[in-house]
Amino acid sequence: MRLYELTAHELKEKIERREVRVEEAVRALLDRIAEVDEAVRAYVTLAREQALAKARAADERLARGEPARPLEGVPVAIKDNMCTRGIETTCSSKILKGFVPPYDATVVELLERAGAIIIGKTNMDEFAMGSSTENSGFFPTRNPWDLERVPGGSSGGSAAAVAADEAVAALGSDTGGSVRQPAALCGVVGLKPTYGLVSRYGLIAFASSLDQIGPITKDVRDCALVLGVIAGHDPRDSTSVPRKRCDYLKGLVPDVRGMRIGVPKEYFGEGMAPGVRAAVGAALKTLQDMGAILADVSLPHSEYALATYYIVAPAEASSNLARYDGVRYGHRAPGCPDSVTMMTQTRSEGFGAEVKRRIMLGTYTLSAGYYEAYYLKALKVRTLITRDFDRALEKCDCLVSPTSPTVAFRFGEKMNDPLAMYLSDIYTVTANLAGIPAVSIPCGFGEDRMPVGLQILGRHYDEATVLRVAYAFEQATDFHKAKPVLGGAGADGAVVGVAPACGAAATGDGSGEAGGGPTRKPAGGEADA
Amino acid sequence: MPERAKVGTAWAAEAAGRPGRAQDGGTGAVACASEFEPVIGLEVHVELSTKSKLFCGCQAAFNAPPNSHTCPVCLGLPGVLPVLNRKAVEFGIKTALALNCEVASFSKFDRKNYFYPDLPKNYQISQYDLPLGTSGHVDVSVDGGMRRVSIKRVHLEEDAGKSVHESGTITGSSFSLEDYNRTGVPLLEIVSEPDLRSPEEAYAYLSMLRSILRYLDVSDCKMEEGSLRCDANISVRPKGSSVLGTPIELKNLNSFRAVEKALAYESRRQAEILARGERITRETRHWDESRQVTVPMRRKEEADDYRYFPEPDLVPLEIEEAWVNEVRSTLPELPGVRHERFIREYGLPAYDAAILTESKDLADYFEAAVAAYGGDAKAVSNWVMGELARLMNATGTDIRDVRVAPAALAAMLKMIDDGTISGKIAKTVFEEMFATGKEPSQVVAEKGLVQIADEGELARIVDEVIAENRDVADEVRAGKDRALGFLVGQVMKKTRGRANPQAVNRLLRERLVPG
Ligand SMILES: [Zn+2]
Repeated sequence: MRLYELTAHELKEKIERREVRVEEAVRALLDRIAEVDEAVRAYVTLAREQALAKARAADERLARGEPARPLEGVPVAIKDNMCTRGIETTCSSKILKGFVPPYDATVVELLERAGAIIIGKTNMDEFAMGSSTENSGFFPTRNPWDLERVPGGSSGGSAAAVAADEAVAALGSDTGGSVRQPAALCGVVGLKPTYGLVSRYGLIAFASSLDQIGPITKDVRDCALVLGVIAGHDPRDSTSVPRKRCDYLKGLVPDVRGMRIGVPKEYFGEGMAPGVRAAVGAALKTLQDMGAILADVSLPHSEYALATYYIVAPAEASSNLARYDGVRYGHRAPGCPDSVTMMTQTRSEGFGAEVKRRIMLGTYTLSAGYYEAYYLKALKVRTLITRDFDRALEKCDCLVSPTSPTVAFRFGEKMNDPLAMYLSDIYTVTANLAGIPAVSIPCGFGEDRMPVGLQILGRHYDEATVLRVAYAFEQATDFHKAKPVLGGAGADGAVVGVAPACGAAATGDGSGEAGGGPTRKPAGGEADA
Repeated sequence: MPERAKVGTAWAAEAAGRPGRAQDGGTGAVACASEFEPVIGLEVHVELSTKSKLFCGCQAAFNAPPNSHTCPVCLGLPGVLPVLNRKAVEFGIKTALALNCEVASFSKFDRKNYFYPDLPKNYQISQYDLPLGTSGHVDVSVDGGMRRVSIKRVHLEEDAGKSVHESGTITGSSFSLEDYNRTGVPLLEIVSEPDLRSPEEAYAYLSMLRSILRYLDVSDCKMEEGSLRCDANISVRPKGSSVLGTPIELKNLNSFRAVEKALAYESRRQAEILARGERITRETRHWDESRQVTVPMRRKEEADDYRYFPEPDLVPLEIEEAWVNEVRSTLPELPGVRHERFIREYGLPAYDAAILTESKDLADYFEAAVAAYGGDAKAVSNWVMGELARLMNATGTDIRDVRVAPAALAAMLKMIDDGTISGKIAKTVFEEMFATGKEPSQVVAEKGLVQIADEGELARIVDEVIAENRDVADEVRAGKDRALGFLVGQVMKKTRGRANPQAVNRLLRERLVPG
């Protein structure tokens, strides 16, 4: 196995045992990026020199006999909407081109304090608005499983980087599914923590009341590991909640026997691709076989979730994005005769179409005479949606659903149909509206053998249960070990796990709808690839 | 427009001719206008004197080099978040309590969205529907009577920065620069109900408000430095009517006098328009200090749409009763109450009490001096309001920087009482005390100003003066009492004021007026 293929916990162990130097690991990742990123285009900025310098410093620490920190030497990628001191941070927007923050986001500080090495900034839909990374102001990122398809979004760069072994782990941000949906589409693990668990300080706001930073990793253990590092109260973020620290790794027990897992009927209705339905259905069967009790539950206000989301998020965005006016930083339209023209022109040139669309939507819904009908109403529905979850989670330990109604789609497929694009978030926006934690883990392959994600949603601050179920499922299956074929395939590619085209032992679930057979191993069994 | 300009100029001449208080009466037009009364509400912004800004740790200081008190948070850089300054909330609660407001147990912040280069985020964090304080009042004394002015609301918000234009004004400048030192400094907005019925009342209310805020030590309230700002809403209506007219918003009121004059001007202008049977147009007007007129800024056909919505980066502000009570216990005696007490306890005239209690420091000074003196409080009041105030004005000294300790003033008054110095000499002594901070006894000793207590020595000087002024002495002998004054003066001159005038008078009479 190559260095860049290791998970964070595997790599950290090797570094801890002094089997691998940090610089070696960083160089392996940089080489991998050089090899495949021309095809994937996950990164907008590489921090090559900074990363190597920090790697050398880490090696010196270790050489002095200092103990390895939780993420010692682990190369991580950061979505380009999190501020990194001295490294350009653009939100993949032309309007922020050239902006180099004089400060680190809290999560970046925490990662570095834990020994992680930031290797670069990943591409995204501009200001995190989108579900395909096609809205990047610079270039689209490609799905490592099929370069003709999108990686999902908005954290498409982070998900693609992890899937393509261009980063050992990454951070994304999730406002309506932006961590989970690309994780699902790229076949990796993505968690949106409870609102308030992870500091938003330094995260460039899209919709402040929904945004949450989360890990995108190769497996659930890494997810728990990274979450443990970035979670916690931050006095610089008033919405971050003071709570006792939790050891998420300790809670990773591969046992779901007797756990009640709710299956919300609203999440299995129309609009789901057959391949996704089959894979998720098989996953439910797996959980049941492992001893979990599946329970039908209802989240009756789910049908209003997307509409609610598309009122709340653009409203907050219209205000959050007002500061990009060319006065202080970023792009400034040249040669304007006065400040009003300058601000108008700067914003016209700097923002892409989707961002403008949402700013207009938000400005409209906040306007006098419409505020009550839209924004205020949306806040009320939001409360109802939260109550739906509270009620369902009284009876269940967690809920499960598909992460996305479809597998990764082709470029351009939904670009001219914003509503179709917005539907990509139909299963994910509710967790943001309710503020609850939700993880997406690989659970098989759907149409055209593209990855399918299983979403597990839990109670507020109960990441432990969500991760435990995810871990148990992962231990019982091999989907997370599957890797896309990339770069010099044959010699280097797909050496671990299964390539999508050769999925092993499809057990099926009798539905016969699957576009591609989900792979699964018997509960408690070993890898079968 | 031309018509308005013409009317404006006419009033300008009026207003300019009377720089002091605007009064009714005079020209025929005013006779017309006097059938109307103004209805005025004031919106006051005060900068709170907290050490740091409302949402970041930057110093909230005045007069620093441009952009030296800034950080990513108050510059609104991408990704930063506000953290509420507890002290600012405490100052807000304090003020709300002092203005007899109800302090909200649940309050929140909202975003007020508008684009302006001096506003880094292009929204201001303010409070919209759940302000810190509501439904208060202030009692203001006007023309000897008390008037209760209702306070609609008190809320916290952040200040904006300052645009500096190349050529002083925005038009005709090829560039503007922004200074964000003031950005994020905590502001308290205090909105009165339209309860004020004259420019004088508005002035009195503003003075009382400033006095209260200074008592609370929450703001220095310097209008020239912008730490107190005032906008006014004014409409006029026929006297006796209870219907509100079309309100005009007045801006650029940069001094207390400007507030009063602009309101006087505006109430006459509006009355004149109504007297002609015309309508008032809703708009914002700008007070032009140099021309002493108000000029239209922009039409206010519909209310500005600031697209307020709850600030998602801050959690709602829950204020526990215990905190409110704790703040309440720190409230000082406020000027209104102190004013009453000064009249009652010290037997001062209302006029003295009003002047002495306007500033907490002055009132404290007075009370300390009275306590040390133990004699007639009115004597202390006379000295504080007379000589002390005169010297403070002449030298531009704040009461806090006055070098005469209250006890020293008391000691000097005792020296007058026991005849050590004359009242006249005391003025000289006090001037020296004011200039040097020396004790009165030291000044008197150094300058040899002790009153001549030795009757024999005084008699000798009196005899000398009589000898030197035989003609005048004869006049006195002939019954010309006025001539006696001259001789007294001569004695005082010879003794450099150290003689007791009564004693001199007696000695002269003994010698010149038989029987
Ligand atoms: Zn600051």
